[in-house]
Amino acid sequence: MSTMPEVSAEKWLPLLEHSTHEVFDIMLRSKLEASKPESMTGVEFTAMVGLAGIVCGVLSIRCCHKSATQIASAMLGLPPKDAGEHAWDAMGELANMVAGNFKNKIDGMSDKCLLSVPTVITGADYSFKSLTDSTPIEIWFRFHGEPLHIALEVHS
Amino acid sequence: MKNVRALIIDDSSVMRKIVERSLRQAGLDLSEVKEASNGAEALALLANSPVELILCDINMPVMDGLEFVQRLKGVANAKGVPVVMITTEGGETHVVQALSAGARGYIRKPFTPDQVREHVLPLVEGSK
Repeated sequence: MSTMPEVSAEKWLPLLEHSTHEVFDIMLRSKLEASKPESMTGVEFTAMVGLAGIVCGVLSIRCCHKSATQIASAMLGLPPKDAGEHAWDAMGELANMVAGNFKNKIDGMSDKCLLSVPTVITGADYSFKSLTDSTPIEIWFRFHGEPLHIALEVHS
Repeated sequence: MKNVRALIIDDSSVMRKIVERSLRQAGLDLSEVKEASNGAEALALLANSPVELILCDINMPVMDGLEFVQRLKGVANAKGVPVVMITTEGGETHVVQALSAGARGYIRKPFTPDQVREHVLPLVEGSK
């Protein structure tokens, strides 16, 4: 019988951080800077991937339009001026890879937890609320000088 | 490796471009790259356009990668064409399912050009 792995911010946060760095290192050939919690006003992109199985929840990545364009630029090897139209898709794929890389690092989770197709929301005037019942595991980075926020919210 | 016709199947156009770039970086001389955003689209495309290599995601809408690989066995144009799965689903069950269904290789995202070279080139050399 499958049991849900213990949701431990202490254990999962470094794995989520490592998973994110790996995706940026390998797929974007870019480095993320560690950052402190900060207000995310004017967030223009939120990419989300659902997790379903022995762990249920949602992983989200939030950033401004400039960062999303830089992410698409780095993923595709295009100048930023040509990468804007790919920002949506790049953000979705980024969330997909971070979530997949993360779950593959948790014992017993890779086979028993599936990912949804990514969803990307854009616009500056909205709030995002996941109906999970646990404290989110959150990480703040800086990418090209702009804030980038990653959160994993899990149903217990 | 010259004049390889490849089909890249992924619902993300960004990922399709990344996979194409990785194939070129791995040393494949691609004469033609076809793209499909799901398995059903790929099967329709293959009916009239033969290729020598297929790279396929697993999680896709309409028809996923595992069903595509199973159905590919019925496509005359695709007999012996190697299929390599490129996916975030890294669990052993998915690997076994993909290989049992007929895939010849499995690469987990995120991936490096070296991994593409290691997993894809021998298959193309072997099938030519």
